[in-house]
Amino acid sequence: MTSDKPERRVSGLVFNPWNLLLIAPFIVLFTPLYNRTEPRLLGLPFFYWFQLAVIIVGVLSTVIVYRMTRSHPVAPPPGEEPGVDELDEGSVR
Amino acid sequence: MEWVELIVFSLLFLLVTVMGFVAARWRAAASLDHLDEWGLGGRKFGSWITWFLIGGDLYTAYTFVAVPALLFGAGATGFFALPYTIIAYPLVFLPILRMWSVSRARGYVTPADFVRGRYDSPLLALVVAVTGIVATMPYIALQLVGLEAVLRSMGFNGAGFLGHLPLLIAFVILALYTYQSGLRAPALIAFVKDILIYLVILVAVIYLPAKLGGWDAIFGAAQEKFAASEAPADGILLNANNQLQYATLALGSALALFLYPHSITGVLASRGRDVLKRNMSALPAYSLLLGLLALLGFVAIAAGTKPIVNNATGRPDNNTIVPELFNGQFPSWFAGIAFAAIGIGALVPAAIMSIAAANLWTRNVYKEFLHKDATHAQEAKQAKVASLVVKFGAVAFILFIDPQYAIDLQLIGGVIILQTLPAVAIALYTRWLHRWALLAGWLVGMTWGMVLLYGIPNPASGRAHFGGSALALDKLNLFGWQPFEGSTVQIYVGFVALLANLLVAVVGTLIVRRLNVSNGQDGTTDADYHVDEGDEDLRPIAAAH
Repeated sequence: MTSDKPERRVSGLVFNPWNLLLIAPFIVLFTPLYNRTEPRLLGLPFFYWFQLAVIIVGVLSTVIVYRMTRSHPVAPPPGEEPGVDELDEGSVR
Repeated sequence: MEWVELIVFSLLFLLVTVMGFVAARWRAAASLDHLDEWGLGGRKFGSWITWFLIGGDLYTAYTFVAVPALLFGAGATGFFALPYTIIAYPLVFLPILRMWSVSRARGYVTPADFVRGRYDSPLLALVVAVTGIVATMPYIALQLVGLEAVLRSMGFNGAGFLGHLPLLIAFVILALYTYQSGLRAPALIAFVKDILIYLVILVAVIYLPAKLGGWDAIFGAAQEKFAASEAPADGILLNANNQLQYATLALGSALALFLYPHSITGVLASRGRDVLKRNMSALPAYSLLLGLLALLGFVAIAAGTKPIVNNATGRPDNNTIVPELFNGQFPSWFAGIAFAAIGIGALVPAAIMSIAAANLWTRNVYKEFLHKDATHAQEAKQAKVASLVVKFGAVAFILFIDPQYAIDLQLIGGVIILQTLPAVAIALYTRWLHRWALLAGWLVGMTWGMVLLYGIPNPASGRAHFGGSALALDKLNLFGWQPFEGSTVQIYVGFVALLANLLVAVVGTLIVRRLNVSNGQDGTTDADYHVDEGDEDLRPIAAAH
């Protein structure tokens, strides 16, 4: 479906195996996995701190997919979050 | 009357009011007389602004009072809000980029614009637009419920019209600066709102458990309360019957989240695909906040907080539980900050939602059917007026109708917005589903979802209909055939309705294709879905045509 050489303009469906990582956070939908109180963390039952911990899985999955599927660099140099002082970055372009 | 709280609240409210009016000039184009400008803030928000805007948009005041109230009342089931927001971003990561690109390439302002272009069908677009408006209206009304919970905690707990007056004043101010500044107003105010919210929640989740003997003691108190209560479904863990409901409600809500017009508005206002990708990783910071906040429902149990009786309805209002907790546990000045955070937290989403609804009305009803050759200036004018109508409609809702209906309608709203998924989200990938089959699927999903919701009672509040979104599988009845007869396992109604919708859409497509009915002209090209900022020959923002 896609051409073998990445064009400047892509078209059609572009599939990248890294995208499959986005499925990982869905583990949080399998309630039998964590519907119990032990082990506790800081007094929080497992049910609660496990789900809070999956937030990290969600963040990692999107960060990795973003990094690994970047095709062409867009100015400003991607990767680094722009600092607070660049908040009005949009107005200069 | 709590004077210190009131003064702090008023000062912060005054600050955001000034910001709301000044926002019109913030990074402004030559003129605001174009929907790209008034309705989408010029389509140029960078990563930070987008983060505050979408965060302020999705995590509303109602969420902040209702989710802890759910945990306070029922326990673990209320925690579904966390898995919901965890999976939402990975789920939409890819489709949302296609939505942004095609909208940027073609100048679409609303999801219905996209459907119009993709399927060449004003009717299907109208259906999507009306569904969006109907789902959004009660959501705006609910922001008022959140705001009012705070106002009542500060002492404005009058009966009748006088009891609603502070709310009315707050909303008139909001309506005026949204009218003037468009999407720039909530974008700017969101900074204040979110910084206040982060501050308050972080202090609350560190200070309160320390004061009340740690999380161990808090969960102990919660367990004791649920063990003593008569309701069988509550508790600090899920039971055998509500686990499926928990998972399907989380999944259904996540699927629905970015179908809401106001979410799309926030997305389309961003500058480019990279901004969105970064935000999909950064927005979960709000989920962490929401998860911690939810636990305040248990903290309120341990602290012995009692919901106050709403003098306008005469019933104890669980939504006042977080404001009352802050009232009882924090010094007045900090409670004032916390209330301002929730109060301003109501204004940001209310503004974005009314803009989104106004955009839908203008683009997909007014321009499509009423005034076909409206100029861009006329569109902008129409949207501004529509945003006023939408907001005052929401106020009227709270003033003249029982707020309980707003909560019911919000429940329905989640189910019906989900029915636009095939026409909006699946259409981003393929035009295989036929436009007439999509209409049929929508109709079936809407009707069946409504019928199922109507049949759900709520024994706790003694209501016979619209008592919640958890359907016992036993009640599933397909023309007399009950596939899960006798089962007490519960599932989310919206999920069931969506499955029916999809099934009808697929079968309908197979049939309609046999009949060789036209599926319209696709107004988009494959390349449109990959357009990005900085591309050559990119459509100019606020283009004349």
